[in-house]
Amino acid sequence: MSSRDWPLFEVFIRSRNGLSHKHVGSLHAADAGMALENARDVYTRRAEGVSIWVVPSTQIVASDPGEKDAFFEPTADKIYRHPTFYDIPDDVKNI
Amino acid sequence: MYTQGLDVKPGDKAIPLESGTSEAEQGFQGRIDRDDRIEPKDWMPEGYRKTLIRQISQHAHSEVVGMLPEGNWITRAPSLRRKAVLLAKVQDEAGHGLYLYSAAETLGVSRAELVEQLLSGKAKYSSIFNYPTTTWADIGAIGWLVDGAAIMNQIPLCRCSYGPYARAMIRICKEESFHQRQGYEIMLALSRGSDAQKAMAQDALDRWWWPSLMMFGPSDKDSPHSAQSMRWGIKRISNDDLRQKFVDVTVPQAEYLGLKMPDPDLAWNEARGHYDFGAIDWEELKQVISGNGPCNKSRMKARRDAHAEGAWVREAALAHAEKRRARALKKAG
Ligand SMILES: [Fe+2]
Ligand SMILES: [Fe+2]
Repeated sequence: MSSRDWPLFEVFIRSRNGLSHKHVGSLHAADAGMALENARDVYTRRAEGVSIWVVPSTQIVASDPGEKDAFFEPTADKIYRHPTFYDIPDDVKNI
Repeated sequence: MYTQGLDVKPGDKAIPLESGTSEAEQGFQGRIDRDDRIEPKDWMPEGYRKTLIRQISQHAHSEVVGMLPEGNWITRAPSLRRKAVLLAKVQDEAGHGLYLYSAAETLGVSRAELVEQLLSGKAKYSSIFNYPTTTWADIGAIGWLVDGAAIMNQIPLCRCSYGPYARAMIRICKEESFHQRQGYEIMLALSRGSDAQKAMAQDALDRWWWPSLMMFGPSDKDSPHSAQSMRWGIKRISNDDLRQKFVDVTVPQAEYLGLKMPDPDLAWNEARGHYDFGAIDWEELKQVISGNGPCNKSRMKARRDAHAEGAWVREAALAHAEKRRARALKKAG
């Protein structure tokens, strides 16, 4: 990328109040203000959102897909974190 | 759980009751009435913000202090399975504290301030965690009753008008289900066990039943700010209604265990379609809330010690990150 290319921004949209922002895609823009306006023009043309976040893509710290198995290994053998692990007789209600 | 609202006394000016006459306030109330959600950057009345900060942080503190009574039994759980389960549950409660502190921070208060309020004794946490866990059966009773009461209280909060709080509650409620079931499973095992085990289960129920009912806070006629919280969509169901619901679902669960509720006045009322139950000892609740419960002092000491003893870890982590940053910079340069 030459130094004159516009930086990449990740776009997050809240579809309506009460829901969290969700990643919808990305775009290039000269600065954050332009990224916001462009995100509005590209990603919310059909009233898909009530709020937008843009984040410079370089600021996103992501887990390594190659390390996925090792990274998430601690959760794999802890089935007792799920309610279905426990035997509660059917006669017992509301639990 | 955990949001008994007891630190708000009648005439307390810290949280102004809003009359809602300005255009902004009326617009705000209109949004609440239409069941719209409020998000961090939206305009909100000062009282709404303060009420939420107080409630959410009180809730967060309760999750954190709530780890102590159960933590007491991790090293003495009767089997490896029970130990792994209890560890996982206590871990969840730490997570709940985190979700809630983060939700509170969206309202413009810092984590450091909130922690300071807890450690200085300025902020309250749920009365229930000031009772001791003297036997293994208490771990069963806590999961069944205390987490059960928490679930009852927290489900309506998933529809709270403040988005970040509601979203945190949805996550928490999903995780709570296993907490209650593991507790009931312990009670089930004990109540089907030897006479000594049965007696242990009954003793735990005897000690935890009334404090669990107190978790729902003072009766409606003594909750001065409830009406305002209802109007703001922060609270959806009154303390007394939630308490009644809890009694109604829990009594048959106790019957199934073959245990006896420690309340001679408890009886099914056909006409009301609810259980009647005896009078709650409000003086006890008042005492526990104002610092005179059986474990208030040791709980606060444990939190303060943990915070002080963890200080070097927090500093070391920052120093380590700083060192790595400097190293990377040098390498790049
Ligand atoms: Fe919790
Ligand atoms: Fe829990």
